[in-house]
Amino acid sequence: MSETPTRTALRPTASGRLQAWLPRLVLAPSVAVSPFFVYGFMLWTFVLSLTSSRMLPSYDFVGFGQYARLMANERWWVASTNLMIFGTLFIVICLVLGALLAMLLDQKIRQEGALRTVYLYPMALSFIVTGVVWKWLLNPQLGIQAMVRSWGFESFEFDWIVDPDMAVYTLVIAAVWQASGFVMALFLAGLRGIDDSIIKAAQLDGASLPRIYWRVVMPCLRPVVFSAVMILAHIAIKSFDLVVALTGGGPGYATDLPATFMYTHAFNRAQIGLGSASAMLMLGGVLAILIPYLYSELRSRKHG
Amino acid sequence: MRCEGVGGYFWNSFAIVIPAVLISTAVGALNGYALTKWRFKGSELVFALMLFGCFIPFQVVLLPMAQTLGWLGLSSSRAGLILVHVVFGIAFTTLFFRNFYVGIPNELVSAAKLDGAGFFRIFWRILLPVSAPIIVVSVIWQFTQIWNDFLFGVAFSAHDTQPVTVALNNLVNTSTGVREYNADMAAAMIAALPTLVVYVLAGKYFVRGLTAGSVKG
Amino acid sequence: MAALEIHNVRKEFGSERVLKDVSISIDSGEFLILVGPSGCGKSTLMNAIAGLEPVTSGNIYIDGKDVTWRTPAERDIAMVFQSYALYPSMTVRHNISFGLEMRKVPKAEREAAVERVADLLQISHLLERKPAQLSGGKRQRVAMGRALAREPKVYLFDEPLSNLDAKLRVDMRTEIKKLHPRLGTTIVYVTHDQVEAMTLADCIAVMRDGHILQLGSPDEVYNNPVDMFVAGFMGSPSMNFIRATLEADGDGYALRIATPDEVDLLLPWPNGPPYGRAGGAARQAGDSRPAA
Repeated sequence: MSETPTRTALRPTASGRLQAWLPRLVLAPSVAVSPFFVYGFMLWTFVLSLTSSRMLPSYDFVGFGQYARLMANERWWVASTNLMIFGTLFIVICLVLGALLAMLLDQKIRQEGALRTVYLYPMALSFIVTGVVWKWLLNPQLGIQAMVRSWGFESFEFDWIVDPDMAVYTLVIAAVWQASGFVMALFLAGLRGIDDSIIKAAQLDGASLPRIYWRVVMPCLRPVVFSAVMILAHIAIKSFDLVVALTGGGPGYATDLPATFMYTHAFNRAQIGLGSASAMLMLGGVLAILIPYLYSELRSRKHG
Repeated sequence: MRCEGVGGYFWNSFAIVIPAVLISTAVGALNGYALTKWRFKGSELVFALMLFGCFIPFQVVLLPMAQTLGWLGLSSSRAGLILVHVVFGIAFTTLFFRNFYVGIPNELVSAAKLDGAGFFRIFWRILLPVSAPIIVVSVIWQFTQIWNDFLFGVAFSAHDTQPVTVALNNLVNTSTGVREYNADMAAAMIAALPTLVVYVLAGKYFVRGLTAGSVKG
Repeated sequence: MAALEIHNVRKEFGSERVLKDVSISIDSGEFLILVGPSGCGKSTLMNAIAGLEPVTSGNIYIDGKDVTWRTPAERDIAMVFQSYALYPSMTVRHNISFGLEMRKVPKAEREAAVERVADLLQISHLLERKPAQLSGGKRQRVAMGRALAREPKVYLFDEPLSNLDAKLRVDMRTEIKKLHPRLGTTIVYVTHDQVEAMTLADCIAVMRDGHILQLGSPDEVYNNPVDMFVAGFMGSPSMNFIRATLEADGDGYALRIATPDEVDLLLPWPNGPPYGRAGGAARQAGDSRPAA
């Protein structure tokens, strides 16, 4: 149709090249900062955990000596066991309570919007505030025990917070109070996302309501359960402020968690090496949860 | 007198929270935009690397951060705390904006490219005007996270730069003197008030925006 | 001078080859339609022309200039998207004038251009509305208006009518058909609707698996398809295929067609041996497999 134009392989113009590079330039600061502040610091902490640092970071290496000390440290084992108890109970109770609340709210009750927001309020609070308030509520002289006794039940006892064996469960109570509303909101959103016609079809098949929830709805909510577990596990591992405000790790160190253990040793007890080692173990714990999650997340995204 | 003390820390918190929220939201918005609408080789990897920042236990960065702040001359300063909150908040804000912008059709950006708009112009004129829902989510999330922060506050602040959470904890857990429970309680109320107000005013939009993303997964 | 010339363009995503040596050339004012089944590469080709996706190799010329490595903005083209891609935060007026504003056209000229296309497309009364307040058909008009306002060298239409209901689609088709000679513009139009292709095009390119199987006028493609795929793809209702054998019949040739009642039909074949040894049925199709 026409003579072939000259076939010169032109390269992009200056402005074209700038356009191609701008996204990378914009990301550059965050990308430069992320590796340094996240990955660099992780590495740095790992290096510190291999040293004998006490008050100040020093760099005489003692291999994995700090990890050995940690393994031999009874307080660390108390903290780890506490995290197991606290984490498991916290996640399970939050899930059950959150799911139940969501199903109740899902029955098209009036004022649902208002209730939903009210249940979410605790999530807006700082764990410090939650801890302080529950500290009063659980204080035998001030709180629930005192109140029930004032009603005439003189022998009523609820003094878990001063009982070394039971104090860890007070952490569970306060944390559940704070987070179950959030889990409820997640479930509620998940319930709303389910196609109504599936439920109608099940009703036509003559299934009872609990049966519908158990057999039809719950399987659809698997991704919600999954993300809820992830978020809760993450809160549990990071829990530091709640312990500090509610029990201060006490009585004694009965309610220590790895997070408080790390802080106490690194900042208050001049045991930087040991604190770093415990931080690395915490990271290991998070990774054990996170890597399968990210793996499945990225894989499903590729399929999507 | 004690309440006056908490009042000062209350304003400390604001002086830290507001700049940190604004900066981390702005950076997160640009990051999310670049990661979704201008994909390049390795952009998924960049995102994965940043996403990881959401999940690390912050204990693992405390000690190096303390030393770095010292080198930067920001130890125990509000600017130092703002920096810390921005750095570790960007991971979340980027995640929010990325998930939001993924849902905005790429054709919109293509059309604007053909119309002759460049990187920043497309962001400013096309994407930003429709980003209100996710900006609300990002601002509320960052506000509550940073306002409620205790770990960074207690680790990196001095007596006069403490955020209110740290001051509250100190107040309640001092063992000297006579307990004044009414003052303690008032301090707790003050510390809780701003985030509660934010939730009352905008909680609805927050839940809507946040759950929309999390259900899609 | 060709308004658009595509020269040996290849596009690969990793190991997947989406465009395999595509070459097309169209003159100024021509209406080219790309058709083919989904996944044939027609949308990728469109994006390559627009500059939205870089090509792996080959060259693209617009108005004689090599634009292979130019940004979309530098190519002076406008595109109508299947999803319309109207800017949701802007009024119709701003949607239409945005491209002119980006090109630093003075305000008075912008206003004039908006009035002109709004008149042309009968959307003057909608100028202050937002896209969300418009029906699908109206949005489609605005999307066209946005492209028309710019008066670019080439227009690209990416299945612009496929989201409209049947009646509107026919109306808009007629309207585009009328607009084209009035504007005298060069248009590349992607569709999977071969009625659209047959009625609108000056020139049809049938694509499959990243190749252009046939490039020609609607008449040529319909009456002389190059192979069975093109023959089966074009035309509605689609063509019947009848298996036949070509055999010598005296001086000329004849087609032998088997029928159910075991009496073979013999049709005279005036054209001589068309495709070598074995021939196809009807005039359009070829079936290379020998008949049973």
